[in-house]
Amino acid sequence: MSQPAAPQKSTVLNAVHRAAGARMVDFGGWDMPVNYGSQIDEHHAVRNGAGMFDVSHMCIVDVRGDDVRGFLRGALANNVDKLAVPGKALYTCLLREDGGVIDDLIVYFIDERWFRLVVNAGTTDKDLAWLAQLAAARAPALVLTPRRDLAMIAVQGPRARAALWSALPGSEAATSALAPFNAAFVTVAGVEYFVARTGYTGEDGFEIAMPAAAAAPLWQALAAAGVRPAGLGARDTLRLEAGMNLYGQDMDESVSPLDAGLAWTVDLKSPRDFVGKAALAAQPAQRALVGLVLTGGRGVLRAHQVVHTAHGDGEITSGTYSPTLRASIALARVPLGVAPGDQVEVMIRDSAHAARVVKPPFVRNGKVLVA
Amino acid sequence: MNIPANLRYTSSHEWVRNEADGTVTIGITDHAQAALGDLVFVELPKVGRTLAAGEACAVVESVKAASDVYAPVAGTVVAVNEALTATPEDVNKDAFAAWLYKLQPADPAAVASLLDARGYESVIAEA
Repeated sequence: MSQPAAPQKSTVLNAVHRAAGARMVDFGGWDMPVNYGSQIDEHHAVRNGAGMFDVSHMCIVDVRGDDVRGFLRGALANNVDKLAVPGKALYTCLLREDGGVIDDLIVYFIDERWFRLVVNAGTTDKDLAWLAQLAAARAPALVLTPRRDLAMIAVQGPRARAALWSALPGSEAATSALAPFNAAFVTVAGVEYFVARTGYTGEDGFEIAMPAAAAAPLWQALAAAGVRPAGLGARDTLRLEAGMNLYGQDMDESVSPLDAGLAWTVDLKSPRDFVGKAALAAQPAQRALVGLVLTGGRGVLRAHQVVHTAHGDGEITSGTYSPTLRASIALARVPLGVAPGDQVEVMIRDSAHAARVVKPPFVRNGKVLVA
Repeated sequence: MNIPANLRYTSSHEWVRNEADGTVTIGITDHAQAALGDLVFVELPKVGRTLAAGEACAVVESVKAASDVYAPVAGTVVAVNEALTATPEDVNKDAFAAWLYKLQPADPAAVASLLDARGYESVIAEA
């Protein structure tokens, strides 16, 4: 205990989690449920039916004013000009000038005077400070508003959308035609919900933002509709199977998105300039982020384990046991040249274990893709 | 929290049961399995291995974390629960039934110096 702990933050659903018997952990300063019993059962509920996550620790940041698009075009590594239709969403990195990743986030286009960002919990303060300083220099009239008045619930799984429509009567009409990575506002009984067809599990579903007071009633209604509460434990195994990066583990400020499997989110070809572009253009990818499936020996792949390859050593950035594959899987940063199908060795507790290189994702929409 | 009164315990969360034949059976406690979460891997010691008291001799690994299991007393491994390597989740279902291994203690009296149920309860209350 070298430092006094910062006061822990809790979401509006904290009491609901505790009443459900959740095991709570500290996550980036937030008191969050890691599981409500078996995290593997929660994982399967999302793959086979529907599960829900309290993601209110993540922060919604509304950006409003004249030419928000122009500001974000220069502030974000992905190109907001891909967002032509109101409600459309885009995954992007926020970069430093040297190309390091400050955060990864989703940006929603609501209208030309209003874009919405959803950023990670642990990075919220530095993201806000960075964006405020950037806006002060480039677009001082813009208004950045962290929406701590809103709560967020992610409902995920093949049955998730139908479960929402059952739990929130009247929501179907406005959301049934939403394509993936699109969002719409829905007002039910005077409460406004922002419903996005996005998620962090590799399954269909919605992420729903609403006034904090509406969160517990929606959570209870979803539970009554058969949606199983799921914690951060299942959230991590689901996102890893889906091949999705976790900020702080698979990339951070010391890592270029080109070395983190995120080149697809960075547009270096168009004439558009953005923070970090010059650094990325000057420094092409040095490493590759690949998937691993443990084939020999037993144990669980974990972050920081060393990977021996024919092209030199690499390191696991995220590893876990995959409930869907019933095998251990990982994301690993390895030398260029390592390719899907290669055999590598991972050091687990001082002994070498065989693993096979695969191209993530491991699982999408309930189906194993790396068999 | 389930802490059977007929067992002995260690502060590293093993339970120890005296058997009629003079051996002791060892597992991890209900508290330990709850803290680890879903177990997905168990590595057991080799039968015949001689262990010092406190020596790490098995590994239980959950989705979340790996944890060493220690020898509560010095002795020789006389049996391991091989079936558990195929179904590690049995430890989550009933930690006191899903034993890991059996020891022939070097000093049969050593077990009496381990924690009793009340002593173990105070260990986990402090944690």
